[in-house]
Amino acid sequence: MPPDLVNSPEAPVERSGSPALRMVNIEKYFGLIRALTNINLEVGRNEIVGLIGDNGAGKSTIVKILTGVFPPTSGELHIAGRKVDFRRYNVQSAHAHGIETVYQDRSLGEKQVLWRNFFIGRQIVNGLGFIDVKKEKAIASEIMLKTIGFRGKGITVDSHVSELSGGERQGIAIGRAMYFEADLIILDEPTVALSLKEVAKVINFVHKIKEAGKASIYISHSIPDVYEVCDRFVVLDRGEIGASIPKRDISLRELDEFLLEFAHGRKDKERA
Amino acid sequence: MNSVRAFFRFLGQLEGFAIAVVLAVLYLVLIFAAPAVFTRPLIYISFLETVPPTLIAALGLTLVITAGEIDLSFPAVVSLSGFALSWGWKTFDPAYGAWIGIALALAAGALVGYINGLMVARMGVPSIMATLAANFFWYGISILLAGGLQVTLKGSEDNFVHSLFVGRVFGSVPLQAFWSLALAILLWFILNRHKFGESIMFVGDNANVARVMGVNVEATRIRLFALHGMIAAFSGIIITLDIGVFYPDQGNFLLPAMASVFVGGTSIAGGAGSIFGTFFGSYVIGSLAAGVVATTISGYWVQVVEGGVMAAVVVLNAATGKGDFASLFSRFRHWSRREEFRGRGGQGVQEFRSAGVQESRSDGVQGNRPDEL
Repeated sequence: MPPDLVNSPEAPVERSGSPALRMVNIEKYFGLIRALTNINLEVGRNEIVGLIGDNGAGKSTIVKILTGVFPPTSGELHIAGRKVDFRRYNVQSAHAHGIETVYQDRSLGEKQVLWRNFFIGRQIVNGLGFIDVKKEKAIASEIMLKTIGFRGKGITVDSHVSELSGGERQGIAIGRAMYFEADLIILDEPTVALSLKEVAKVINFVHKIKEAGKASIYISHSIPDVYEVCDRFVVLDRGEIGASIPKRDISLRELDEFLLEFAHGRKDKERA
Repeated sequence: MNSVRAFFRFLGQLEGFAIAVVLAVLYLVLIFAAPAVFTRPLIYISFLETVPPTLIAALGLTLVITAGEIDLSFPAVVSLSGFALSWGWKTFDPAYGAWIGIALALAAGALVGYINGLMVARMGVPSIMATLAANFFWYGISILLAGGLQVTLKGSEDNFVHSLFVGRVFGSVPLQAFWSLALAILLWFILNRHKFGESIMFVGDNANVARVMGVNVEATRIRLFALHGMIAAFSGIIITLDIGVFYPDQGNFLLPAMASVFVGGTSIAGGAGSIFGTFFGSYVIGSLAAGVVATTISGYWVQVVEGGVMAAVVVLNAATGKGDFASLFSRFRHWSRREEFRGRGGQGVQEFRSAGVQESRSDGVQGNRPDEL
């Protein structure tokens, strides 16, 4: 591992105009406790960034700032080149800015049919607010077939979410985010509690995000998964960015070893 | 066999089909048990007059339960709205006083519901407590305003409003039966085809998901309670007009209305609701008492039979999932397979258990069997 990589400035794989996302000197305090320190993070227009870090490293704090759950204490956020006004930034306006989040378990209404899940919150309605069911179903089945590649298997737009496996559910959530022109899809531990086979499906869906030319932040504890899908790995450590490593500079084994060393080095520092 | 199964699956998907079958079987049994009453139209006409008020309140309650909430305050609204109607009626010239009364009644219902909604959505009071308190409070207000007395609607038989809402068509069919059917159709479209209804389902399913997906959860809850308040007020208007008298206790059908919703297949868990299940469920619940009395067995049996039928139907609902006949068949296959397994090695306690399984299986196969009557 060349040492200069560890603290190298952000270097997105691709650049076309302004990046999908740019966090500048973001800091977040909860009371006196500093959760994030000096976060400078860029995500390119068609880049999949893996966010790696222990529990409490600040991953979910970053997600919550990006999705408008709460504002940072200081710092700037630029989405597609536009600076975000945190006083008027919330969950709805995050959607409007093209940021969609796929959570482990908070993305779909389980007892509802799939086509309703695709359009909840942004239904196709007439002047009186009645839903155009035919159109919604047609689009939903197109998303399932073309965007996420659901074929056969007896799953239709009329299936209930409860009939789907965990991986298929994440596929629906990802497909929905892609259809609604999300420029940046945040995947917050989408593979927790899934079987290996289901994880493979989710990985496949993430590849489709890349193919569709969109950006993503992928958060996971599983390093092999992160390595498989991401273009760059950002290691978060106690609220600071510890390293940013492009995939082309590192193999899975090296990444694994690096993270281990990184964790040990931290302990040594603590002892000292 | 496949086409038979497909046919049953199709039937299972028809909303309220299971409970409609229960209703048909119930009337069939009553025709044999009390032919003198149930082979003549009069008893059915009387059901069409007595069931609609409960039915109307139960339809609104179906939406509330679908949203994962409960509203125990509608009996008070039925009372309060009846008083508002009678007040408008006697205070102004009956020609337009009736309309003022109706407007007041609906406004009172919406206000009570809106306050319920505020308590539940804004202050986070669990709806069962908020609406229980509201029921006592607004019922008390109704008694206070009326001085504990009933109010007669003078000349109601000749009033246009009377003939519009509770008059008779085709000789003797009560109009409120059509109004309640129209309301059922309207609410079906609102729940299943309108943005608001979809919000209701997602809020009842998982409010966190709904919120993340951009549904305004609080506004949905407040609007829903206000809507149910207006629907309950409509029920009160129908009762008061039909009898021609307001009396404070006229909304005394909380439990039958709730039973109608659950018998119709709507789950207390929220997330899904069956409007037409409630529709047929109300007629099942509303027909039992008169049906039992007509069979000339002692009137003391009425509640026993009512409770038994309700329990049987909700057990059947739970066994078939969403009142879906196709899943009933798959359950039957599942049970019969277990039976084979036990046949080989099962003894003692297992045999005892399988006897229980067998019993419920025969229940399932015959579909809904109120022939226990």
